[in-house]
Amino acid sequence: MSRSPAGRRTGRRHPFMGVALLLLGLFATGGLYAATSAGIAQASTPPVSTEALIDQGEKLFMANCASCHGMSGEGSQAGPTVIGVGALSVDYQVGTGRMPGAASGPQAAKKTVQFTQPQIDAMGAWVASLAPGPGFPDPKYYAGDGDVALGAELFRINCAMCHNVAGAGGALTEGKYAPHLRDIQPIHVYGAMVTGPQSMPVFNDQNLTPEQKNDVITYLRYLDETPAVGGFSLGSLGPVSEGLFIWLIGLGGLIAVAIWLTARSN
Amino acid sequence: MAQKPPGTDVVTGANQEERDPGTAVMVADSPVNPGLPPEHLRITDLDPKEEKKAERRIAMFFALSIFGSLFAATSYIIFPIIPGDMQSVRLNNMFVGLGASVGLLGVGIGAVHWAKSLMHGHELVEERHPTSGTEEERATAVEMFSQANRESGFTRRSLVRNTLIGALIATPIPAVVLFRDLAPAEDPTVVIKKTMWAAGTRLAQDPSGIPIKASQVTIGSAFQVIPEGLAELEYHRLEEKAKAAVILMRLPINELNESPERESWSYQGIVAYSKICTHVGCPVALYEQQTHHLLCPCHQSQFDVANQCEVIFGPAARALPQLPITIDAEGYLIAQSDFTEPVGPSFWERER
Repeated sequence: MSRSPAGRRTGRRHPFMGVALLLLGLFATGGLYAATSAGIAQASTPPVSTEALIDQGEKLFMANCASCHGMSGEGSQAGPTVIGVGALSVDYQVGTGRMPGAASGPQAAKKTVQFTQPQIDAMGAWVASLAPGPGFPDPKYYAGDGDVALGAELFRINCAMCHNVAGAGGALTEGKYAPHLRDIQPIHVYGAMVTGPQSMPVFNDQNLTPEQKNDVITYLRYLDETPAVGGFSLGSLGPVSEGLFIWLIGLGGLIAVAIWLTARSN
Repeated sequence: MAQKPPGTDVVTGANQEERDPGTAVMVADSPVNPGLPPEHLRITDLDPKEEKKAERRIAMFFALSIFGSLFAATSYIIFPIIPGDMQSVRLNNMFVGLGASVGLLGVGIGAVHWAKSLMHGHELVEERHPTSGTEEERATAVEMFSQANRESGFTRRSLVRNTLIGALIATPIPAVVLFRDLAPAEDPTVVIKKTMWAAGTRLAQDPSGIPIKASQVTIGSAFQVIPEGLAELEYHRLEEKAKAAVILMRLPINELNESPERESWSYQGIVAYSKICTHVGCPVALYEQQTHHLLCPCHQSQFDVANQCEVIFGPAARALPQLPITIDAEGYLIAQSDFTEPVGPSFWERER
């Protein structure tokens, strides 16, 4: 192909030029498609809210949620209103499997997710169309690349009293509990802080700024990724599990050794 | 001798004259020292094969110990601690620890097993030594004391002796005065009754110390609060924080029940309470947004924020002290005064 010298400008095309152009065009189209589709795949949140999406969300809501939350999301005896809770709340509640609730009880527990992410986004779009509420943050605010030390301090001050300093969770009153925070999707952690689900207080952007929320998420990711150097963590539950272990196994072992030491040999 | 009920027998035996006159009545069947039981023979004493086996077993424990120690040393080299890699720390800890404990336990178990199964098994009695010395030693000691007394005149020269005793009593007096001054200069009951909160002190966020505006506290929010200026304190920051820590919550106004005298203590449903439990002083910060209950993690005391933090469960004796708040001209939340009662657990002088 490169046999043509520099001075040769005859205006005639090289016989392979057509093929080259075709290939170039194909690569450009494919590349563009790949880039945009990758962009779509990365930005599974925030979804673009369209009329079709809202319609689909309304249908899903009517079929799965309206029996408790009301036909227009106004709430009932069985469930609170969803007007104004925002798409982020829907993503948290449905995306962690807490909604639809399996049974009424002190607390809706985390369980297998019932819907696909596009379905959750559609319901979120419909709920968001009812009234403005917390929406999806910029992905950089839950990327988990913040200041882990500051995140740990904020976690100790604002979260650790309920969720345990190692994120192992803990008991509340009357059957309620703070769930553990191991291997939780960052957007769900963010959503929980913003929306304050169930017993949890709200941590709005004036209380914990989006950057600080990212720091907290960074700390949780650090907990997920860092193995416990102290060996068995016994659930990181503190004095309860550790006390049980040392009283039963530790003291029991010492008693067994004492008996063996003083027993008459055969 | 004929069978008689024990203890009723006046013995008039041949050995009567040897007895102490005070023990005229004596039972005939007084217990005799049974001595040591016959030696208990172990299986290793009886069977040479078993003895050999036990010997091998003990040696096996010691060999295991050697193996464990070497294993600990080699695993310290095989699993080095790589800075920043926590998994390497974990592996290093685990294998070195396992090896070292096998090394130590092997020696211990082997030694005990040796003593129990192979070392001689007969029992013996060791008589306790009398604690006092011999007559001569005691006489010598008394003589030394009286000689020293004679030579020094300790009892004769009573003026010297008494002034010496006086001097010895006086020596520790400076220490008493010096160490007494280590106690807090201020009356501790005054110190624990006061906190950093004062009229006009802004409520600030923990840990940043940024003041909080009332508009930032949305319904359902819980803020962990310190007085403004605490984060910048150079000395006694933790001491002050331990008294002044506050939790700030906003409740829907219609869910908040306030007594008439406290109606001005909150602002638009925003209430501030001391975070220090009135039981033994744990930080009470487990706030349930829907029930408005505060739970103390230490002993499960529950406080109802909707009803002025009265105790609804648990060992706490009093409601959490409320911090009277309002807003200043710029919309920042400020304290109206210090707490109106001492925060935290009871103490002897609390009511005075």
